[in-house]
Amino acid sequence: MLLYILKRLITVTPVAFGVSIVCFLLVHLAPGDPLSAVLPADATQQTIDDMRAAYGFDKPLPIQYAIWLWHVLHGDLGVSIATGRPVAQEVGRAVVNSLILASVATLIGFTFGVFFGFVAGYRRNSILDRVASALSVFGVSVPHYWLGMVLVIVFSATLGWLPPTGAGPDGSGNWRPDFDHLRYIILPAVTMAVIPMGIIARTVRALVADILSQDFVEALRAKGLSEFGVFKHVVRNAAPTALAIMGLQLGYLLGGSILIETVFAWPGTGFLLNAAIFQRDLPLLQGSILVLAMFFVALNLIVDVMQTALDPRIERA
Amino acid sequence: MTAPLTAGSVALDGNITAAPDAPEAFIASRGFWGHVGHRLVRDPVAMAAGILILIVIAIAILSPWITPMDPYKGSMLRRLKPVGDATYWLGSDELGRDMISRLMLGSRLSLFMGVTPVLIAFVIGSGIGILAGYVGGWTNTILMRTIDVFFAFPSVLLAIALSGALGAGIFNSIVSLTCVFVPQIARVAESVTTGIRRRDYIDAAKLSGASAFTIMRVQVLGNVVGPIFVYSTSLISVSMILASGLSFLGLGVRPPEPEWGLMLNTLRTAIYVNPVVAALPGLAIFIVSISFNLFSDGLRSAMEIRQ
Repeated sequence: MLLYILKRLITVTPVAFGVSIVCFLLVHLAPGDPLSAVLPADATQQTIDDMRAAYGFDKPLPIQYAIWLWHVLHGDLGVSIATGRPVAQEVGRAVVNSLILASVATLIGFTFGVFFGFVAGYRRNSILDRVASALSVFGVSVPHYWLGMVLVIVFSATLGWLPPTGAGPDGSGNWRPDFDHLRYIILPAVTMAVIPMGIIARTVRALVADILSQDFVEALRAKGLSEFGVFKHVVRNAAPTALAIMGLQLGYLLGGSILIETVFAWPGTGFLLNAAIFQRDLPLLQGSILVLAMFFVALNLIVDVMQTALDPRIERA
Repeated sequence: MTAPLTAGSVALDGNITAAPDAPEAFIASRGFWGHVGHRLVRDPVAMAAGILILIVIAIAILSPWITPMDPYKGSMLRRLKPVGDATYWLGSDELGRDMISRLMLGSRLSLFMGVTPVLIAFVIGSGIGILAGYVGGWTNTILMRTIDVFFAFPSVLLAIALSGALGAGIFNSIVSLTCVFVPQIARVAESVTTGIRRRDYIDAAKLSGASAFTIMRVQVLGNVVGPIFVYSTSLISVSMILASGLSFLGLGVRPPEPEWGLMLNTLRTAIYVNPVVAALPGLAIFIVSISFNLFSDGLRSAMEIRQ
């Protein structure tokens, strides 16, 4: 097992390198100079040159990349141009909020997705199966930012039950697990949960249907095992894949939450990214994307290892 | 002794290969695509979705001539009229412009920005994937490992990061969305191509003296284009949602041009005054996106006769 983890770590290293190159080059994709957004229009050539030298933009690209990577490996993501605070600190705070929201959403989506998937897989072509399929198509087709707006319209603007935006009553930037803050996470989490719910329901349905059609299930029934006993076998067989998809969905939600976080003004990485884009704060943009992408790479790795550990049928070659 | 056998299977597979390029060949026997079409017509859900898509495309093409009112002309006195108003059938927006006219004209940009990236990515992605799959070896390793790097980004993040770095605008949005879909299509194209490169008809073409490029163009492309195409159609729905999402964030279309995502954004301020009108552009995105998904699902199951 340890050898397998080591092997996966080695294969993931070039990908991580590639990701860092993409993140680094992102800043240089931008038209004009990365500094042009923050410098006043009447800045003298002297000021421009000084600033370029101060940020290291006067050196050739590969050297800039090497310096940047060296800093990143030491946990230094640079300084935000807009706020002057270290990017690592800003991203660190936001990532916690995003992680909370994405985890709650994944959990909701997983619970409902597995439920619908099992019901649909067990009772194929029944009305419940149709409902489950409709829900999963809905989940992958609905523009989630619009769904968020509709939920705000219904539960905040019309019924007045839940707060429309923010993470807490004090307008603070941090979510805490207490009753007051709980009311704030419901709408964004439910909105976000719809996508993984659809995908998990669809996968679990196919999985369950496939497992139920296999010979060993018939053998279990033939030896007189109760339906609940058979059900336990089905769960055990479906679990590795279902959990793997849940892990991947968490990663997608964490990186893809920008639209939902914008709708609900949730103080997470998406919100930070949005701010970074519109203030043309390129170090902040670069830093948050790098952190999110690395999270995604790490999560993929963990899911892979977990799936291999859970499922003895996968060879650890 | 094996020679006649090989020749036989070439003739058999050769027919399938030729089918997409030579429509006259399957008039008599209907052929592969004929069967797919036949099965698709019998799928009521896919047909309904397909018809809906055609209607939206027709509206998009005809909209400059058929909108009931001027989609750009606002009126400060008639802002946020409700749905069912005598003059404004679907109400009016925050600047007093007719919603139905703006939704109709908005379908142009929304469709264009959703479909174009997938079309371009289909061409580029298939090219990369087929090349990697057919040539194999180092070319494959270099191309596919580069593609892997892009899979390390969730697609929403990649799209927003790229357009955020490139700056707002229609062109930049299309470029970034294309970059999101090229790796996904290339990966599918590569795996399909790798699956067929050892088939007998490829060897036969090689023996007949065809160049690598000709084999890729005729034998390989003819056999892999179907699965890649179906996969690509399933991306249109995602692309529509992402493209409108970029405009919703202010990274795509700029006002006063009507586009559903942007309209949804500007109407966000109106959710307390006129919630139904504020939700309409999103409903339009949803209807088109779900139609593309259902049509693509139907197409996929219609094509499963080959197995």
